Amino acid sequence: MNESYLTESGMGFRSWFLTRDHKRIAILYLISITIFFLIGGVAAGLMRSELATPKGDLVTSDTYNRLFTLHGVVMVWFFLIPSIPNVLGNFLLPLMIGAKDLAFPRLNLASWYVFMFGGILTLWSIVIGGVDTGWTFYTPYSSTYANSHVILMATGVFISGFSSIFTGLNFIATIHKMRAPGQTWFRLPLFVWSLYSTSIILVLATPVLAVTLVLVALERLGGVGIFDPAIGGDPLLFQHLFWFYSHPAVYIMILPGFGVVSEIIPCFSRKRIFGYRFIAFASVSIAVLGFLVWGHHMFVSSQSVFAGIVFSFLSFMVAIPSAIKVFNWTTTLYKGQITLSTPMIYALGFIGLFTIGGLTGLFLATLAVDVHVHDTYFVVAHFHYIMVGGMVMAYLGGIHYWWPKITGRMYPEKLGQLSALIIFVGFNLTFFPQFLLGYLGMPRRYHAYPEQFQMLNILSTAGATILAVGYLFPLYYLPRSFFRGPKAPQNPWRATGLEWTIASPPSSHNFEVVPTVDDEPYNYLKMDAVASSETEVTP
Amino acid sequence: MNRDHISDLPDHLSDSNQRAEMATLGMWIFLTTEVLFFGALFLAFTIYRHKYSADFVAASDHLNVWLGGLNTFILLTSSFFVALAVAAAHAGNRKRTNWHLCATVILAVIFLGIKAIEYHQDFTEKLIPGRHFNVSGTDSSAIAHQQLFFCFYFIMTGIHAFHMIAGTGVMAWMIMKNLRTKEDPMTQTDRIRVESIGLYWHFVDIVWVFLLPLLYLTGLERL
Repeated sequence: MNESYLTESGMGFRSWFLTRDHKRIAILYLISITIFFLIGGVAAGLMRSELATPKGDLVTSDTYNRLFTLHGVVMVWFFLIPSIPNVLGNFLLPLMIGAKDLAFPRLNLASWYVFMFGGILTLWSIVIGGVDTGWTFYTPYSSTYANSHVILMATGVFISGFSSIFTGLNFIATIHKMRAPGQTWFRLPLFVWSLYSTSIILVLATPVLAVTLVLVALERLGGVGIFDPAIGGDPLLFQHLFWFYSHPAVYIMILPGFGVVSEIIPCFSRKRIFGYRFIAFASVSIAVLGFLVWGHHMFVSSQSVFAGIVFSFLSFMVAIPSAIKVFNWTTTLYKGQITLSTPMIYALGFIGLFTIGGLTGLFLATLAVDVHVHDTYFVVAHFHYIMVGGMVMAYLGGIHYWWPKITGRMYPEKLGQLSALIIFVGFNLTFFPQFLLGYLGMPRRYHAYPEQFQMLNILSTAGATILAVGYLFPLYYLPRSFFRGPKAPQNPWRATGLEWTIASPPSSHNFEVVPTVDDEPYNYLKMDAVASSETEVTP
Repeated sequence: MNRDHISDLPDHLSDSNQRAEMATLGMWIFLTTEVLFFGALFLAFTIYRHKYSADFVAASDHLNVWLGGLNTFILLTSSFFVALAVAAAHAGNRKRTNWHLCATVILAVIFLGIKAIEYHQDFTEKLIPGRHFNVSGTDSSAIAHQQLFFCFYFIMTGIHAFHMIAGTGVMAWMIMKNLRTKEDPMTQTDRIRVESIGLYWHFVDIVWVFLLPLLYLTGLERL
């Protein structure tokens, strides 16, 4: 076996836990967020089991509150936010721009340790009893009334925020200063553009969450603080500060997915991506607009009507760059030579589910409609279509697409396709009924509900079971293929991009010679022309 | 130990200019996050300052403007010394860099000492928010709003002081490191370090320049 980053510096404890190699750090992240995903998933499973019957018979309402808080906190901060950026981004960013590592390799390792420290504090707060505020920590409940470990969990999230900031900072410096000769901004793969936009949000939004959590913790600790109505403080201010982070954070959780899909679609349609610059700038404009829409979470929280109108209008604006992307992907598919391999199934699933999630977002951005569906299952379904239907699909698509590069092994294609389909079906069965439930008026965050909602809830729980089975498949065959799978060639998909010009898996220092870029990123026409001329010469 | 006296580039880089630019960019991005961190506090303060204007002016009256002013002078002087330290580091003079860093650290410690005296005064005057908070007045809502002002005062100056302690710690580490390293001129790594410390310290300084008028000078007309 050839020497690669997996073997070169040995397999000792220190060689992994003190590594500065961006690829090894990506693997550390991959394993840790998979564990967090399973923990968050178990909580979701328990919630769906409870909701299979109208009565609250499996868990008490208090336990249920702690379950959805656990699910939200773990999935948002310890799975979705780090998922694509810290695993695929960490692994691929230097490879895609022809660099030997990220700008600050030690900071990169530090970000993993900080992430794990925050994660362990959070898990600890769960083990000793959990938190019942929901992942949003709304005051005054979180600051005054909640009878649970709010401070500890908020500290965990606060600490993990530094990991986000380190990563964002590292990516921005890397993209600005370490591109290969000839790789201009418009020769960057779109995945890099999406990481850049994500990083901007990470560094600008995370500090606001950090200070907000500090304020909540201090208020809880001291019994007095700036959100306290008793001294003239305004609890709504907390919501403003929280959503100033958390709405952009939604884009942290979807922009990298756009990037992955923009890589997969041209490759499996054998076509140049349609509207490269539009997709690139759409990412940046989503990052910018994302900072101006936080108020749409507070339409019914005593925010002024005029603020509501402005936030509603701005929220509609986000639909424009999002739609630009969807149209461009669709146009790329048009008359392409489409192969329905596993990553492509995930990417196509992404387009469909993201479109549904995005359009239902417009319902919610409409002031009058939001009054009806606010805090119902309609909202739950909407953001799961974006977060799970969008981001998790893209993440799995990306993991499959770059699996040969990361591990040097091929995964079993048939099993991959099958599990992608199971996940697609299971996902829709889980969350589509929730749109109907929400429209009919079932509120979120209750462990019991009137009997007329049972049929739709059973469908949703059945879907969740199928979804869980779908997730278990890759969890089985991917690790297995790492040990037993057939060896992967350098470029199994005949894809463009610098990462495919080096060995699978890459060596520790990635490139033997610094590559030069002299072409646009998705020149599949040239790629296929070269390939066909080669086969003619050597029949 | 440095592998190479003149160039100490990490393995993944090939160009020392690129490295210097990268480090400065990284530091500026970090400072941007700090601006947002304090920005949220300034925003919240501004909202309440507008809403409870008279009460905030009355609360501000309890602060010691002279100690606040003295501290401003001390902190600005420390920034002057850190600028000299950066200049000395650019010239590669390790010894001179260290003297200026020492001056900065001493001034920072004096600042923190004066801050501690202020906090102690606030404590004896029962200005700490909570059960023992007590300012004279008959209007209970006005007293409540003054308590809100003091929440901001302690959180904002407290977080600022925390940033100063962190910066002082890093400078002390840098001084120790310089003392242990005999070689002159300084390596690029150390020059970048001093430059980053300088940027950070100026930022801490600027935050205080905003805190002084917002917190202390609000009640000045009554002097």
